[in-house]
Amino acid sequence: MDIFSFIFNPFVGLYNLIRDGLTQLLLAAGVPADTTRLIVFFIMGLLVVTVVLILAPVMMMYITLLERKVVARMQDRVGPNRVGPLGLLQPIADMIKFMVKEDIVPEGVDRPVHLLAPIIAVVPVVMSFAIIQFGVGMGAVDLNLGLLFLLAMGSVATISVFMAGFGSHNKFALIGGMRAAAQIISYEIPQILAVAVPVLLAGSISLSQVIQAQSGAFGLGWFFWYIPVGPIAFFVYLLAATAEINRVPFDLPEAESELVAGYHTEYSGMKFGLFYLAEFLNTFLISAIGASIFFGGWQGPFVQQIPALGILYFFGKTILLIIVQLWFRGALPRIRVDQLMNFGWKRLVPITLALILFTAAFLWFYRGVLLFLKGYGG
Amino acid sequence: MILQIPLVYYLILAAALFCIGLFGALSRRNAIAVLMGIELMLNAVNINLVAFWRYGSPDPIADQAGVVFALFVITLAAAEAAVGLALVIAIYRSRDTVNVEEIDLLKW
Amino acid sequence: MELTAIIAQLVFFVVAVLTLAAAFLTVLVRNVFHAALALVGTFFGVAAIYLMLEAEFLAIVQVLIYIGAIAVLILFAVMLTRGMMQSQESGTNKQWAWAALAIAVLFLGLFILILQVPWVHSGTAVYTDTTPYLGTELLTTYLLPFEVVSVLLLAALIGAFIIARE
Repeated sequence: MDIFSFIFNPFVGLYNLIRDGLTQLLLAAGVPADTTRLIVFFIMGLLVVTVVLILAPVMMMYITLLERKVVARMQDRVGPNRVGPLGLLQPIADMIKFMVKEDIVPEGVDRPVHLLAPIIAVVPVVMSFAIIQFGVGMGAVDLNLGLLFLLAMGSVATISVFMAGFGSHNKFALIGGMRAAAQIISYEIPQILAVAVPVLLAGSISLSQVIQAQSGAFGLGWFFWYIPVGPIAFFVYLLAATAEINRVPFDLPEAESELVAGYHTEYSGMKFGLFYLAEFLNTFLISAIGASIFFGGWQGPFVQQIPALGILYFFGKTILLIIVQLWFRGALPRIRVDQLMNFGWKRLVPITLALILFTAAFLWFYRGVLLFLKGYGG
Repeated sequence: MILQIPLVYYLILAAALFCIGLFGALSRRNAIAVLMGIELMLNAVNINLVAFWRYGSPDPIADQAGVVFALFVITLAAAEAAVGLALVIAIYRSRDTVNVEEIDLLKW
Repeated sequence: MELTAIIAQLVFFVVAVLTLAAAFLTVLVRNVFHAALALVGTFFGVAAIYLMLEAEFLAIVQVLIYIGAIAVLILFAVMLTRGMMQSQESGTNKQWAWAALAIAVLFLGLFILILQVPWVHSGTAVYTDTTPYLGTELLTTYLLPFEVVSVLLLAALIGAFIIARE
């Protein structure tokens, strides 16, 4: 292998090195070719899954620190600074605290439902991580229906909210669960429709192809610049996705001043930790997807020459979008239930429908003109 | 990989799922549970449609009839669930029950 | 038998057993909320079956529509009628034994029928992304049914809203 291409794209290089080495080792040991392919497929799959499963919680821990730091700056405080230099070990201390807390199962709860709810909250989010392209060629799987898969996984979260709300035997949890479910299914629609705009522009539902379609000049042909549809679709996506994961200003399901903590009132210790994990992984996920479909993901200047830059571009854009969400949290008050429903159904849904019609009509017209010119020239 | 599982397996699975759903629809008292049984039956039919498309169609890529029909069935199931559950909720409001045996005003 | 065939059939059996177990729970559990959750499990199993049949689009639509919309509607209905869950009477009606008997006969008949018919396997195992073909078919060959289904969905939406309104 060429040493420069290894340095310029180290993770993919390492992956290929391990895969080729393993294949040759097995073939040399006299294993038949098809069995070798199967074994290598399983081992490399396990490896990628392990890396993603380690990366996800670590990332989540440091997003919590980022949130506390950023919101503290906005409120003119310092934020956590006691545990380790600049408070960098704070998330680890928090994690230990979650682990050692007593696991309380309140009386009268629906035991299996109560215990399964936090697990079902985390699993779809972690599964969604499979399709994210972290850099050039750095996705766990490249599904041809990637974005649709993502939206499907997002809709599974509703089930866990219901389980937590109904299984807790607590009226605050029940009200919070009902609110959360109504909110998630209402805002799922504008989210799906907003994602449809970049899909139309790219002509593909595969996340990697949507990113590929945004190369343009210097890797800056992002769909965000397709004025007017790009920016509008992006803001609708950001609002709908924020509402879908119940964050400020759409945090009615866990409005602490009315509902104690909504559907996770009765959860403590690591079970609450799992809900917390799901919430922050979701924050990362919607930011990563927003960065990928509207801001080109790993696309950027010189990424064709040095693929390793793609990782920096991707994480830079994602963290900027996370900070925008934290800015919402620092700046906006919580909205009321009737405002929430009116905003979703009477504003976002018509806007996105109009956007889709406009985009499709524009593309049809544009391609017609191109075809006409081609026919005219030839 | 796909054709290494015989078509018969899928058909038996679908038949079993259909029968379970039918049992639920016939034997449950709660109207919502009856609707769940119907959803199971629709799913079983969909498995059959897709399996016949995959195994029986000479060109399963250009001819997507099975998948299209399954999509229509899913759409109809969504419409059925929406109207059916709206009816259940309306009945619960006026009669304070969702037990299908007690909803007998039209019986004589 | 080849190794891949053994693995494929093993995966099929595991998924089939889990799906049928969830389906049994759906119709047998007395608590309607638990039944609805078991129904979600069945939907997941059926989605896995679609994946094995190389109908990826359908598998994802199954999760999106059946779990994200229909199961959620059912859970909402269960919550709104939760007064019914306090009653201690059994979840099944008086005719359950007769129903079980008739359905056992039906299943036996279907089973024998399925085993006796010589099914033709003419499908080719070429793997490509079939979604573009599906989209083209939906908007050309099946355009009229597609539009009719859209109108039906709209009618159901308005109808459900009118019926459930207080």
